[in-house]
Amino acid sequence: MEPLIAGRDGNEPGCHSLRNFQRRRFLRGGAYATGGLLSQGMLTRIAERLSIASESKDNDKLAAKSLIILWMQGGPSQLETFDPHPDTKIGGETKAIQTSVSGLQIASTLPRTAEIMHRATLIRSLVSKEGDHERATYNMKTGWRPDPTLVHPAIGSVICHQTQDNIEIPRHVSILSGQWPSRGGYMGSVLDAFQTGDPKDPLPNLKSYTEKKVFENRMHDLKNVVESEFRRGRLRELDKVKTLHESSTDRATTMMASEQIKAFDIALEPSGVVASFGDNSFGRGCLAAIRLIEQGVRCVEVELSGWDSHVQNYSLQSGRCAILDAALHALIQQLDQRGLLHQTIVMCGGEFGRTPKINVADGRDHWPTGFSTLLAGGPFRAGHVHGETTPEWIETGKDPLLGVKDPVKIEDLHATLLHSFGIDFSKELQTPIGRPLALSSGSIIRSLF
Amino acid sequence: MPPTLPPVLPSIVAEASPRPVRRWHKRLLLVVLCFGLVLGIAWATSPRVKLLHNTESVASRFESSIHTVAEQVDRAMNAEIAGRGLAKANPADWRTVARRTSLGLIGNGLSLEESRAVEQLPEEQRAIWWTEYLLKDRRTYDYLAERWTRATVGTNNGPFLIFRRRKYVDWMADHFEKGTPYDRVVRDLIEAKGSWTDSPQVNFLTATMDDADNKKPDAIRLAGRTSRAFLAQRIDCLQCHEDYLGKVHFPETPSGELLDGAIEEGDEEQTDRTNRTDRTGQQADFHQLAAFFSGVRLDNAFVGLRNSQPDYKVTYLHQEKDTSVVPQVPYLRNLMPTQGDPRHRLAVWVTHPENQAFARATVNRMWAILFGKPLVEPLDSIPIAGPFPPGLDILADDFSKNGFDIKRLIRTIVCTEAFRRDSRLDIDITSEAVEKEHENCWAVFPLTPLRPEQVAASIHQACRLHAIDESSSILSKLELFGGVNDFTKAYGDQGDDEFTQQSVTIPQRLLVMNGAYVSERIKNNPVMNAATRIALLAATDKSAVELAYMATLNRMPSGVELNAFCERLHDTRGKSRAQAMGSIFWTLINSTEFQWNH
Repeated sequence: MEPLIAGRDGNEPGCHSLRNFQRRRFLRGGAYATGGLLSQGMLTRIAERLSIASESKDNDKLAAKSLIILWMQGGPSQLETFDPHPDTKIGGETKAIQTSVSGLQIASTLPRTAEIMHRATLIRSLVSKEGDHERATYNMKTGWRPDPTLVHPAIGSVICHQTQDNIEIPRHVSILSGQWPSRGGYMGSVLDAFQTGDPKDPLPNLKSYTEKKVFENRMHDLKNVVESEFRRGRLRELDKVKTLHESSTDRATTMMASEQIKAFDIALEPSGVVASFGDNSFGRGCLAAIRLIEQGVRCVEVELSGWDSHVQNYSLQSGRCAILDAALHALIQQLDQRGLLHQTIVMCGGEFGRTPKINVADGRDHWPTGFSTLLAGGPFRAGHVHGETTPEWIETGKDPLLGVKDPVKIEDLHATLLHSFGIDFSKELQTPIGRPLALSSGSIIRSLF
Repeated sequence: MPPTLPPVLPSIVAEASPRPVRRWHKRLLLVVLCFGLVLGIAWATSPRVKLLHNTESVASRFESSIHTVAEQVDRAMNAEIAGRGLAKANPADWRTVARRTSLGLIGNGLSLEESRAVEQLPEEQRAIWWTEYLLKDRRTYDYLAERWTRATVGTNNGPFLIFRRRKYVDWMADHFEKGTPYDRVVRDLIEAKGSWTDSPQVNFLTATMDDADNKKPDAIRLAGRTSRAFLAQRIDCLQCHEDYLGKVHFPETPSGELLDGAIEEGDEEQTDRTNRTDRTGQQADFHQLAAFFSGVRLDNAFVGLRNSQPDYKVTYLHQEKDTSVVPQVPYLRNLMPTQGDPRHRLAVWVTHPENQAFARATVNRMWAILFGKPLVEPLDSIPIAGPFPPGLDILADDFSKNGFDIKRLIRTIVCTEAFRRDSRLDIDITSEAVEKEHENCWAVFPLTPLRPEQVAASIHQACRLHAIDESSSILSKLELFGGVNDFTKAYGDQGDDEFTQQSVTIPQRLLVMNGAYVSERIKNNPVMNAATRIALLAATDKSAVELAYMATLNRMPSGVELNAFCERLHDTRGKSRAQAMGSIFWTLINSTEFQWNH
């Protein structure tokens, strides 16, 4: 069990893990030991190559460095997206189309996505016990059901907590964040997602609204007049060990002046690339997510809301799918072209699916028992489908789980994602309520690798 | 005998036609209406002078018994401080104490108007007078009610249609304002039945309902809420398993007799009870508590919640079959009536004066609200059998002996030396451990970050000269309400867990440094903004800087600060002076001092 708060001295193991370092040293040592026949320099280079090959073999399995969550708030219908059952009692108006994976069909609302399904892994059998938007969102984002005693961290916060980077911009970003953006929970608000809007607009609160000289004077007075007066007679290193107020101000000022901020600016991309994502805020958010990942950001969440189709399900879902389709296709293509797909996991899904039954208003209601989520990139098996839902009508009163083959619990999805980042999700942290808690209570879904 | 008219008058009256008289009346009516309309608009849009309009009824002293209890707390705490060989901080000045009281009771510092009003009193009366003033102010009860609402129903929106959070908060605030004994408020919550609109306390139960609950409040969540919010017992882990971590202990005696006796005079240092055997918590303890709530149903929206036959079953760990669970409390079972409705029996047991966990939990919560940090951390986890920190049982005993009077509890805590100590020590503090030790013993007032809603309300109030309270115009109140809500959402609401201290984040700093919430309130606006009005109206640079400090930090500037900011204002006029004053406000609002309670 480890303490919750990471040390401030930056000495924790991070991306350059101690384990890898030791392996490299060992192989290098072996090369030195047999250095009588060949020159030391040559063997050193061979050893380096061997060690890198060895590392990369491991890292091929667990290569994820970044996570992009395409969050479909409201509950996308599995039947109108990734799990259609056309021409059945539950199928509605949706038709199915062939994808780039032999034998795999998805809804005709996602024609461009169908072209990249050979790069994706599809889970069609997610199940949860939460049918309310807020509770289900919490469940899906954190991997835990809401608990009155503890606020759990979202998966992006957990990944940031368990890794360390040296960048000047936030490592956890939420673009177009809605009502329930990802939070740090018991890991602290420092791990809350940095929330932004449409990338075509300037970043919120990053530019001072005063002239440079005025801002400099303000900062000077803050630091040298007011803060120094407050520090007087108090704990030495008050800021460093207690308030962190001044250091946060410094970091905010650094971020305001950082070149890395340009990662948020999609205007720096070629116009053709921008256009391929679709002329809408979600498409722009997806493009910004790639730029942020390139800069070293660990987790980016891009939200597309409006999936709550209790009325006129087909037309509403089709409209949302049109936006998702272009952006998701372009996102996977661009990640691949930029050589980032193998180290980036894309997850696309919402808090639950929608009922097989179409209600009197031609809508579908909330359905947490057998819904879909798409994964792409990272170490996952490409072109793979896990689970299945029945095309049959489930009579009222029967257990809806009977219609789900190979059900996947939310916590298992989280455990699998954390495992993909090389994070030991069974590791327990000491929570503020005094209860040691694992990073995830789930199990790895082995068939996804 | 009525006076007679002179002979000429009848002729004047006779000559005047009736038509011009009617027109004159119409004109008069029109003028009166227009005048009334103008007055109405002015009344609705302008802040009115309101502070001190009820000051005759505000006392300048507390009753002597409150001082007596506060002195007992002081003695207990001072003994602890002396025993550990720690130094005590000097008493803080009245402005600092008044700011703390304001932050605790209404969520923001004093307005400039209020500071000026309190200054009119003799210095020794100011802190107490200000507490009494706030205890007559509706803002206090709205603010306290919101804190209690978070503790009892959380911050989630709750189930649509059957949960009315606003009504619940108002109900709670009304009872706090009326001085309803707190035990009665809690009994009303636990025993609530009927409609969530007609009986707002019902929302305590409906908040836990969701689609999967089959028209029944969630007994598990209610058991957790009840034990944590009212008894400061975190027994949620027992829901799934026995307490194999040794975190939950209950007192147990063979006969089940009372263990928590009253503390005698002079016995305040005793924190350990004798003749006690403890047992660790069992899974059954949690589920037996939950079973009290199992007989509540919602069959009809017009009737609301009603009692039905309790039916609670659970499959205990390592068992294969369901077990029917009979409602039972985990300790002091002799305090619970043997007959009656299960929730009534539970409510009587929870609030029984001899169930000291109830009073301790309330004292700890109120202490946290006023200090920003509870006596026992975490806030809702006080070991049932101690040991307790010095002062807790003295306050708890006084609270239960005096009719669970929340207002008396506030007065007593505000009266303690701990609340009136400075947050600085005269000694050189070299390490965090030393500072923590002093803070943990309350030898020094603890530094705690303002919660998001406190930051928002403090910024807004600092940027307005007049206090925004119940008598303010509706527009002022709407501006405050909307602004605080929006800012809190952007800043990051801490939810139910609001007394857990969290570090400030970069987005939070950016929001205050560059966000519209602050910039709108410090820009050149002679009608609304305090910065501009001070810039225009203050006679000298010195008085302008002093007023800026009073409005924001609720203190006077030091010599260094005065010189530095007078320099910034030197030779400024008109718009440039307003901008310079806006910059001073920005600097003060962005300081650690403004954003921390100290």
